[in-house]
Amino acid sequence: MVVSSILTLTGLGFAAAAMLSVASRVFAVYEDPRVEKVTGTLPGANCGGCGYAGCEGYANAVVNDPSIPPNLCVVGGAKTASAIGTLTGKLTTEMEPLCAYRRCDKNAGQVAQRFDYKGIPSCAAAAALHHGSDQCGFSCLGFGDCVKECLTEGLRIENYIVVVNEQMCVGCGKCVKVCPRDVLQLIPKRARVAITCSTKDKLKAVMDVCKVGCIHCGKCVKTCPAKAITMDNDRIQIDQKACLEYGGACGQACAAACPRDILRLRPGALPCPTEEEQKKAG
Amino acid sequence: MSVFEVFISAIFVNNIVLAQNLGNCPYLGCSKEKGVALGMGTSVIFVTVMATLCTWLVQKYILVPTQLEYLQTLVFILIIASLVQFVEMFLKKAIPPLYASLGIFLPLITTNCCVLGVTLLVQREQYDLFSALLYAFATGAGFLLALLLMAGVRERLETCRVPKAMAGTPIALIMAGIMSLSFMAFKGMV
Repeated sequence: MVVSSILTLTGLGFAAAAMLSVASRVFAVYEDPRVEKVTGTLPGANCGGCGYAGCEGYANAVVNDPSIPPNLCVVGGAKTASAIGTLTGKLTTEMEPLCAYRRCDKNAGQVAQRFDYKGIPSCAAAAALHHGSDQCGFSCLGFGDCVKECLTEGLRIENYIVVVNEQMCVGCGKCVKVCPRDVLQLIPKRARVAITCSTKDKLKAVMDVCKVGCIHCGKCVKTCPAKAITMDNDRIQIDQKACLEYGGACGQACAAACPRDILRLRPGALPCPTEEEQKKAG
Repeated sequence: MSVFEVFISAIFVNNIVLAQNLGNCPYLGCSKEKGVALGMGTSVIFVTVMATLCTWLVQKYILVPTQLEYLQTLVFILIIASLVQFVEMFLKKAIPPLYASLGIFLPLITTNCCVLGVTLLVQREQYDLFSALLYAFATGAGFLLALLLMAGVRERLETCRVPKAMAGTPIALIMAGIMSLSFMAFKGMV
């Protein structure tokens, strides 16, 4: 009895083992060993900031497709980019470190409430009900849908508005995608000027609801010597690449020209050049 | 039992999760989103049918002739585990897209007591091969239904103000209990 049961189980076990080992040979799939190595160098946050479904998706793509650059990982930054470059034999160019920037300052603008919202505590739900409870239809609603998405501790809610901690922000852009009002925007960390309003309304409609809303006067567009500022899709946009390439020689003329304090200087802004320096530069 | 009765019995009256309380781990673990629930449910249907086929044949042609029916549980576990491994390898080679969508669920199913439960129940009820496969499919469908219902409820719960101490698994367990209670109303139909 004991012998026969042991024999049967051993026999079945061996049969299963033999079948599996044969199957592993027959159905073996060749996997590029570099994919695993690249996956190892990636941060493993699966944030999707590179545009692929998770770190493994990007690793697969970057190894198998020669046209995909090795510097797409925003979380890993320059270190990861150079590691992937060496693994895949691709030329590495530096990736601009990005961070999220809030295009709204409704507290400074004293934006009033149209009604008292008591529904589901999420921006998506609040935005769906009569365009939100704020007077302005483009303001930050402050329920923190973006905070829930954040991988690091880069975002928090303070006084009913989201605050970005630029030191912690890795620039993956998850918060930008989830914001129902398109308030957040990715900008280079070393950007000198950023726009703090995303309204599409015009003149009086803005003046009535917010003290620091963009009225689309276009002064900044005319002032910018680098032609980096444009009115695009009813919103003022800065082409940060053109702005950074031009450098600080303009002394941030756009920010000085803005009558509504929407174009704000950032820590990276260079001081205004003195007359002597201007003469030197010609 | 007619085909229709097997279906009604396995999906509603004797639902594997809600009435027999088998496979509770994936029921709570994979029911946070409808997409995941659908993937897990279809994987379970597939594996249950395959496992029932294999174990039924093994029972009939190996265990019964050698009078080793008491080894049923051990042998079935062995067969299910190796079968799932085999299916995983096969899918990876032959149908990569299906592997990409089912792949992560297959190792989970290896030790799923819902699959083992079905294979053992089939033997207890003494089904012939055709009704055994039918029963396995219907039970898998019942599992899928329970998982989808739970995922729907939990997606709604995400937007509700649940007390802090109850958020997450506690409220899910309560929901599971209430759902099980409501399925008890089907008792006596078949």
